[in-house]
Amino acid sequence: MSGVRVLVGTRKGAFILTSDGKRKDWKVDGPLFAGWEIYHAKGSPVDPNRIYVSQTSAWFGQIIQRSNDGGKTWETPGSSPDDLKGPDGMPKGESNMFVYDGVPGTHMWYDGTQHPWEFKRVWHLEPALDDVDHVYAGVEDAALFESKDGGKSWKELSGLRKHDTGAKWQPGAGGMCLHSIILDPQDRQRMFIAISAAGAFRTDDGGNSWKPINRGLHSQFMPDPNAEVGHCVHHIAMHPKKPNTLFMQKHWDIMRSDDAGDSWREVSGNLPTDFGFPIDVHAHEPETIYVVPIKSDSEHYPLDGKLQVWRSRSGGNEWEALTNGLPQKDCYVNVLRDAMSVDSLDSCGIYFGTTGGQVYCSADAGDSWNAIVRDLPAVLSVEVQTLK
Amino acid sequence: MIRVVLPHHLRTLAKVGDEVHVDLNGNATVASVLDAIENKYPMLRGTMRDHRTHKRRPLVRFFACGEDISHDPQDRQLPNEIVNGREPFFIIGAIAGG
Repeated sequence: MSGVRVLVGTRKGAFILTSDGKRKDWKVDGPLFAGWEIYHAKGSPVDPNRIYVSQTSAWFGQIIQRSNDGGKTWETPGSSPDDLKGPDGMPKGESNMFVYDGVPGTHMWYDGTQHPWEFKRVWHLEPALDDVDHVYAGVEDAALFESKDGGKSWKELSGLRKHDTGAKWQPGAGGMCLHSIILDPQDRQRMFIAISAAGAFRTDDGGNSWKPINRGLHSQFMPDPNAEVGHCVHHIAMHPKKPNTLFMQKHWDIMRSDDAGDSWREVSGNLPTDFGFPIDVHAHEPETIYVVPIKSDSEHYPLDGKLQVWRSRSGGNEWEALTNGLPQKDCYVNVLRDAMSVDSLDSCGIYFGTTGGQVYCSADAGDSWNAIVRDLPAVLSVEVQTLK
Repeated sequence: MIRVVLPHHLRTLAKVGDEVHVDLNGNATVASVLDAIENKYPMLRGTMRDHRTHKRRPLVRFFACGEDISHDPQDRQLPNEIVNGREPFFIIGAIAGG
């Protein structure tokens, strides 16, 4: 029987929400890793029982957790009795060792001075499409790492950070994070990433070299609003059957590209505000996209206290508000960039989590919503696994 | 045998109780105690000090016999009370924020 497993990362632990295909009755498990910040959790498309988790703490740093049984049990890769011994007979325990390649160098700081690159945490884990042990990690300060041994060890794909423009990248309010990683299912050498605030980049050679893909972005806060890099891209999304079409929620503006990021055009259309964080695509309709408009960059909550998801069925420009089941007064939560996801059941399910601890589900592509839970810690990320 | 009290979040990470015990080969110093803990509980590597430089993480503190020794050289000999197990060596997450 089909069902879904929702992986929720919060400020104080991870939660796993499960339901059958009706998505009406839910089981809530957690908190896992209680008290730690869980920036992201995502399952492998090769084996849904393999789940990777980014667990972090300002005190104790980065931890990578891994499950091989769908979240029933967890381990820090490389720390079990069987794989403790390296060639020298000593334990390794390097699953949280993210070391920049070579001399890290500097990037632009908030005040315009140069600042050393410093690893802080993993924002996003993206399991590879064809190997359960291959996984990418987007980190703060912005860089891309990969593991080919199930998270036991990590190596930087340093061609990105060493791009000529690196010294011009700067942190957004949340830090200089690499938050979006999109793998092209039709071209395994192609990958898209996005950094706040540097912009979007594409590799066509498996991560060795990278190209900024920000032409058409316009950011009024920058000295040169049309610069090659420096744009605060909040999130990007792609439908796997249409990999040359990308959708972007920028600091302000909803953008669309139909040439794999080479050029972008604005599709904010009739949205009441085009500031926001997440953006996602319907599982079966590549032109149906979802955003959560937020009042402004200074006021991170919905307009007029009304929580609304907006849907476009035309790939942008024409948008409709989806409000059935969502609070329409006194609601001042935010929805963070990695806190929206879709399932791939016949009637596509849409999910998002809020900084107020609610996780909402729509089992009918956004027409109506129900809260799965209402009182979790602030939600940082939501990923859905469709179990068939 | 050295008794070590870990902060709550590292206890849950290592799946241990209130106190862990380590045996040392040689001098009892902060560095040798941390080496022994990391060897016994490799999931704790990188959580108390940097993997490579061994520099203490900024919000981690070390206490011995009621004294904050976080800023002492890590090769300083620990007090006899720690060495003979009468007092535990404390690793503490700094009180920062509410």
